Amino acid sequence: MAKLIPKPKMNAAEAVYVPEIAKGLRITIGRFLKNTFSARGSEGNEIDTVDYPEEKRVYPERFRGVHRLTHRSDGSPRCVACLCCSTACPAQCIHIEAAEYAPGDPRYGYERYPKVFVIDELRCIFCGYCVEACPCDAIRMDTGFHMPPSTQREHFIFDKEMLMAIPGADGSFETMNPRHEPGDPSHPGVDREHH
Amino acid sequence: MIDGIYVAAMIVKLLFVLVLVLTFSPVLVWADRRQSAMIQDRLGPNRAGIPIAGKNFALVGLLHPLADALKFMWKEDFIPPKADKLLFALAPIISVIPTIAAFAVIPFGDTIYLDHLFEVLPANPDGRAVPFQVASLNVGILYIFAVAGTGVVGAAIAGYCSDNKYALLGGLRAAGQMVSYEVTLGLSLVGCFMLYNSLLLEDMIAWQVDRGLLGWGIFRQPVAFILFYAGSIAETKRIPFDLPEGESELAAGYFTEYSGMKFGMFMMGEYIAMVVSCALITALFFGGWDIPFVLRDGIHIFNYDLLLPHWAVTLLFIGSFIVKTTILLWLTLMIRWSLPRFRYDQVMKMCWRYMLPLSLINIFITGMVILFTNSP
Repeated sequence: MAKLIPKPKMNAAEAVYVPEIAKGLRITIGRFLKNTFSARGSEGNEIDTVDYPEEKRVYPERFRGVHRLTHRSDGSPRCVACLCCSTACPAQCIHIEAAEYAPGDPRYGYERYPKVFVIDELRCIFCGYCVEACPCDAIRMDTGFHMPPSTQREHFIFDKEMLMAIPGADGSFETMNPRHEPGDPSHPGVDREHH
Repeated sequence: MIDGIYVAAMIVKLLFVLVLVLTFSPVLVWADRRQSAMIQDRLGPNRAGIPIAGKNFALVGLLHPLADALKFMWKEDFIPPKADKLLFALAPIISVIPTIAAFAVIPFGDTIYLDHLFEVLPANPDGRAVPFQVASLNVGILYIFAVAGTGVVGAAIAGYCSDNKYALLGGLRAAGQMVSYEVTLGLSLVGCFMLYNSLLLEDMIAWQVDRGLLGWGIFRQPVAFILFYAGSIAETKRIPFDLPEGESELAAGYFTEYSGMKFGMFMMGEYIAMVVSCALITALFFGGWDIPFVLRDGIHIFNYDLLLPHWAVTLLFIGSFIVKTTILLWLTLMIRWSLPRFRYDQVMKMCWRYMLPLSLINIFITGMVILFTNSP
């Protein structure tokens, strides 16, 4: 059974309509005068617009920006091409081709390195799962800036060189977590001599 | 006999009106956008500018309409495959030209006496006189109704020939609404005709000037003013009467299929129609060029007299007309950004059941008052 809701009756002033228009106009004109004849940001001015390119809002400290690949102290990527990040990625925007270090390299047999490391920043949803998945602290999103706009899709395909050329928000290409190379005395794991 | 100076004066007047109208409409587009922004706590368009010596001269966004016009010209001029090509091209022209033509009879200032231009005007000036309006037709304001009434044809044709259901419905609504409101628009003014005893706009203004501030039409015919103002907003298809182009129901209404400069012409026509109606209201209800205490020979405030040369008074009068029109345009934009849209049946009901009877009652009462006081 439908419930009938009685239409509210209008009183005389409302039915004539003109006084009600005047009431509405009082609000809009007041707002208009207030915003037009007071300086931006002053008392009474309600415009909160940020003039974007000239004036930028400060991003929070843990803002997830564009990815970067962190460096080791010798400038090579920290990434060991374990594919954890590309596995964890829900958008499947990370493409990695792993390769072996050359025989004779101290890392040969312990780690691999990414021959190709490509992130499609257009497909990326900036969820941060890749950063969480990474066991080596090799991929980070602490760059502090978002993807700059572009009209060409190619500009959004970040390859390894590009990702390694982006510093963190602190300007460093490395991370605060120390890295223990195979062969170093501080290396905690097994190595060729002590297995 | 054709005097060279009259021809020159006519050309100057034509240019004045054209330049005034064609600058008013883009500035009005800018005002519409910036004003709405100010009401809604936004900034509005303020970016488009000309870079000179590394600095961007944006002129508080005044160049946006210019950028819009350039964009309109370079956009693809799309015509739907099954549309009537001739009518499709004709419709925007039909909706723009009449609105510009309606300006012909609007007087922007008092008669100019060329022989007395640089001296204080004598009480009974003689010599060559140029009325400051393009044409003084003896049908006067009826000409505006006739010409502006053809604007509905443009909207209806646009809706009919676009081969689009939204456009057709929009065109139907536009035709219905504009024809209906034209009746109220005309009838609400009959009281004014009776009062002013003339159809000529210059005579109506002269009547109001003679009687000073309290002789202005808005004080003598307040009901007619409200009816005419509401009707003219409906005629220009602005919110709250923008049913023909109601975005939420009809995409863009009768000009859904239009793009590029043809769409630009519809938009221009709408804004020019606003200028026409506000100039008309200024002439009919706000004393035209009248400024209180300013007569044709100078300023007279009680015992204080300041005699001014004729050219200065003429400029004051023209300025006063333009300022009054601008204030009315501002108010029209204010109303547009304050009110929600009517439902279509409400628009029609309001016209035929409230505004039309009210305008008839207004005519009746005005007639009674004139009859019994025997002095209009």
